[in-house]
Amino acid sequence: MLGTTVILAFRAINRHKLRSFLTTLGIIIGVAAVVTMVTLGNGATAAVREQISSLGANVLQLRPGQGFGRGGGGPRPPDFKERDLTAIENQLTGVRAVAPVVQSSGTAIYEGNNWSTTVYGTTSTYSEVQQWKIADGRLFLPDEEAAGKPVCIIGNTVRTNLFQGAEPVGKRMRIKGVSCQVVGVLATRGQGGFGDQDDVVVMPIKFVQRRFTGDRDISQIMVAVDDAYDTSTVQTSLEELMRERRKIKAGDQDNFNIFDTKQISDTLTGTTTILTQIVGAVAAISLLVGGIGIMNIMLVSVTERTREIGIRLAIGAVAREVLMQFLVEAIVLSCLGGVIGLALALAASLAIAPLMQVPFLFDIKVNLIAFLFSAAIGVVFGYFPARRAAALNPIDALRHE
Amino acid sequence: MIDPIISMRGVTKVYGEGPTAFQALKGIDLDIAQGDFVAVMGPSGSGKSTTMNILGCLDVPSGGEFLFKGRHVETLDRDQRALLRRRYLGFVFQGFNLLSRTTALENVELPLLYRGEDKKTRYDLGMAALDKVGLKDWWDHTPAELSGGQQQRVAIARAIVTSPDVLLADEPTGNLDSERSVEIMQLLTDLNRNSGITVLMVTHEPDMAAFARTIVHFKDGLVERIEEGMAA
Ligand SMILES: Nc1ncnc2c1ncn2[C@@H]1O[C@H](COP(=O)(O)OP(=O)(O)O)[C@@H](O)[C@H]1O
Ligand SMILES: [Mg+2]
Repeated sequence: MLGTTVILAFRAINRHKLRSFLTTLGIIIGVAAVVTMVTLGNGATAAVREQISSLGANVLQLRPGQGFGRGGGGPRPPDFKERDLTAIENQLTGVRAVAPVVQSSGTAIYEGNNWSTTVYGTTSTYSEVQQWKIADGRLFLPDEEAAGKPVCIIGNTVRTNLFQGAEPVGKRMRIKGVSCQVVGVLATRGQGGFGDQDDVVVMPIKFVQRRFTGDRDISQIMVAVDDAYDTSTVQTSLEELMRERRKIKAGDQDNFNIFDTKQISDTLTGTTTILTQIVGAVAAISLLVGGIGIMNIMLVSVTERTREIGIRLAIGAVAREVLMQFLVEAIVLSCLGGVIGLALALAASLAIAPLMQVPFLFDIKVNLIAFLFSAAIGVVFGYFPARRAAALNPIDALRHE
Repeated sequence: MIDPIISMRGVTKVYGEGPTAFQALKGIDLDIAQGDFVAVMGPSGSGKSTTMNILGCLDVPSGGEFLFKGRHVETLDRDQRALLRRRYLGFVFQGFNLLSRTTALENVELPLLYRGEDKKTRYDLGMAALDKVGLKDWWDHTPAELSGGQQQRVAIARAIVTSPDVLLADEPTGNLDSERSVEIMQLLTDLNRNSGITVLMVTHEPDMAAFARTIVHFKDGLVERIEEGMAA
């Protein structure tokens, strides 16, 4: 019975190829739009998450001042000292690694090539905190760190711009007028959420303090949270510890801020997820319009095929069979539209993802839902015309011109 | 008359309601024996088609009794009548009523689809029916590629493919020239004689009625008289 109906549906669709195509066009476009949008949206979310995780997962950044964009007046809050670092290391639980950072910008020179970049003064633990890997060469040796020797590890951007084809490890370059030896190259980290993560020169903190910043202050402390601990708990104890160390009275505001990369990550991915949902919803409306299109053309088709329905009824089709025929036809059409739409979405996503610089993520769930949705549209919008066809009186239908 | 396959008693049909109501049939009494070849004649508007529709279980009488194979059709619902048509009846219409853009074979196979026959049975029976009407070689042609006479023969093949007890034909030659008409009549006669199908046919033309064994004359919604045909 169902087999027969499906055969009939395919025959009817085959007999009216153009009309069938036009009928499904709405579904095709709707499904293609929804799936493309959601696929690209998911890719964008993944890209954002990837960029943020390049900042280091579960890392708390401790800086002086009241956080981003809340400068305010008054004297500049003091930087941190080496003892703050030791205190964090020794007194805080749930800490995986701690690294001090001082930052300075300047020009690097190698054989007549200039490159303006950022110098990070830090210790070897920085690579642990940020989970940076050395692609070439090595990290700083303990005595290089202790003595603040002129050695550096360079990012890939610096490598390409300064050394071009040449092998940098072991070479001497100049940074801010000081000669230093390249001991390592960082593994590529890509475009981070905050600029090019590879455009850096990393040096022992003692060296940077002595030659560039001129004091022993630490402008930033990076605290990597142990995976077994809750980041926000560690953040709270870090805040308490720093308030105590900086002798901030109860009720007074912090003169430092703690920047939680995980929180930022969640906020940003949350935003892209919402955007994806909104765009997806708009596309879903177009799918609905596509469903109404199916109903329209099926209704026209019922009228146009009144005589055919009359013939079928005269031959002995019962009402349910005629209803099923039109219903199955609508479902087959919308499913075909769904499949074509999915194929288009696949092609479109593959083509657009690289242009948007987001990864292409094939999500079987999204595709499945879109397909089932198109089938459901066939059922819902096919039912009304089908019932109308089934209710026709055979004599009137046969007489219809 | 022994064993009437069709029996009408006081059948009336009223179209519409209230002041615009029109009584098309005013009390038809009619018995048709199995294996008969009946021609229904009468002026236009005399109720021939209305009667055929009731006989074909496409419509129900407003009053009276209509027995088909001993069953009271006036008590059956839409789907029950559809099943009767599917099992026992074949229809041939004046306007052929084939599905367009559909091959002759697919048209002929259609009633078999509703009977749930498998593909091979459909093909075999469909080709056999086309062979009976002499169109075996035209099986893959669509109605647009066939002449009127050929289309009507495909329609007859479709009507007989299920080996019905009764074949109903409302002015089957109305759209054909006399030569094609004679061919169709010969085909119907052949089916009646050799396959034992009871044939009920409406016609205007005495030439066509001449092929029948019984001729029923209608007038103003009543059976005026019944006479023996030349073929009796
Ligand atoms: N569906 C209908 N509604 C109203 N009147 C109808 C309908 N069908 C037929 N009639 C009327 O009933 C009468 C008999 O019609 P019909 O049986 O078609 O006559 P015939 O086939 O003998 O020409 C005609 O007057 C016709 O106008
Ligand atoms: Mg008539």
